[in-house]
Amino acid sequence: MADGCGIRMERVCYSVGGRSILRDFDLYLDPGVNRTILGVSGVGKTTILKLLLGLLKPDSGRIIIEEEDIATLSEGGLALARKHISIVFQGGALFDSMTVGENVGYRMLEEGHLAEQEIDAIVREKLGFVGLEKAINLYPAELSGGMKKRVAIARALAADPEYIFFDEPTTGLDPIGVYNIQQLMLRLQGEGKTTLMVTHDMHTAFAVSDRFSFIHEAQLVFEGTKSELKESSIPAIREFFAPGKESLFRYVESEESA
Amino acid sequence: MPVRFIENRILLFLAELQKFAALAVKALRRIFSPPFYGREFFRQLDKIGVGSLFIVCLTGLFTGMVMALQALIQLRPFGATSYVGGMVAVTMIKELGPVLSSLMVAGRVGSAITAELGTMVVTEQIDAMRVEGTDVVKRLVASRLKAMLVAMPLLAIVTDTVAISGGYIIASGYHISPLMYWKSLPQFMRFQDLIEAVAKPTFFGFLIAMIACHVGLGVSGGSEGVGTAVKRTVVLASVFILISDFFITKIFIVFR
Repeated sequence: MADGCGIRMERVCYSVGGRSILRDFDLYLDPGVNRTILGVSGVGKTTILKLLLGLLKPDSGRIIIEEEDIATLSEGGLALARKHISIVFQGGALFDSMTVGENVGYRMLEEGHLAEQEIDAIVREKLGFVGLEKAINLYPAELSGGMKKRVAIARALAADPEYIFFDEPTTGLDPIGVYNIQQLMLRLQGEGKTTLMVTHDMHTAFAVSDRFSFIHEAQLVFEGTKSELKESSIPAIREFFAPGKESLFRYVESEESA
Repeated sequence: MPVRFIENRILLFLAELQKFAALAVKALRRIFSPPFYGREFFRQLDKIGVGSLFIVCLTGLFTGMVMALQALIQLRPFGATSYVGGMVAVTMIKELGPVLSSLMVAGRVGSAITAELGTMVVTEQIDAMRVEGTDVVKRLVASRLKAMLVAMPLLAIVTDTVAISGGYIIASGYHISPLMYWKSLPQFMRFQDLIEAVAKPTFFGFLIAMIACHVGLGVSGGSEGVGTAVKRTVVLASVFILISDFFITKIFIVFR
């Protein structure tokens, strides 16, 4: 289990254009406890990750990372808080104009504390971890979707964070790609990293997570283990696992009203 | 209802202006503080400066030639065709050179900057940079602004030089001697005009870079949003170049 005080969101409210995305939202991410956030599309799952990274500011509430409230920090202060965390974005978010190697070594190159040979060694090690050492000189445009996500994982690892966030890591991948990502996540957890994932892919969620949070209508409606989630009687969760015609109509109506 | 609508539009405009000013101040301050991202600066300088050279030369050549043609026709009844060089030079150096080269750069480079930054926004590359601890304004905005501030006056000087040479090609076809053409240049020019010739494109470069970056970083709505933003950059930059040209000219006239 990793050391540290964990990450907490306390009574966080966030809205866009008068529409409430999160309302009095609480979330705890304890070191070593891997969590998945579930909910229907557009419910605000990615927003949670962006709030935790300080990329978005909450309207109210506290976001505590290692005992520091990041909701009040400037960009400079946030940079320090973000050293604990890395993220694998949905599409990888690799920098188009840089090679795979430069992408993975980006933070180290920016900080300028290490010699080029040292950075190169770390980059090769991280690319080796995701099985892409040979792709070091390729550009992101030359990679498949699955390879991009693996490079993004290598980039996230290069910063040696305690927490790694995954935003829909298996979306758009074939079964082999999904399996590779799952195995990588399990290996990361084995090395003491704590993962927080948002996804619709229940198979991956159950394979790599210890605890689950479910968001419905801007609020956290469930927090618990896999078995508790499966046995939950909350209508929104039951509908999520077994959607029917009614839920389709409700989805269309909510999309139209949004 | 219309009053409310106008009020909302004004408030939106003021909010946008505030954001623009904040970004411009941040970018200007970051130009002078390390790290200077030398590689990025030279990459941008190459894209903006060298990349725009052909189009500004073409613009300058044909504008200079058409200016000389028009001037020769107007001056001939007065027997003043010997002043054609001075007329072309003063018009190009003070007005058309800076404005036309800036409009070309706004279309060619401003749009490219917005498209590049806008794409980085929608593909979450900007967020990734922030997570990796990068000061996005310093790396992406200040480096482009710096390159633009260096490249734009140089491009305007190239435009002016090519235009005056183009004017000479036409003038020589009308039996104006080289001596007469080039000698008329200093008769029409003052030292202050040369300052105006550099100050204007520098300010226009600032406008192009800042508008392009501001609009690019504010993109939302996927690839359609990027397209709309590119169009907005070209329109805004072109309009503000023309408006600010009037006011800069007015200032130079006041201090003449």
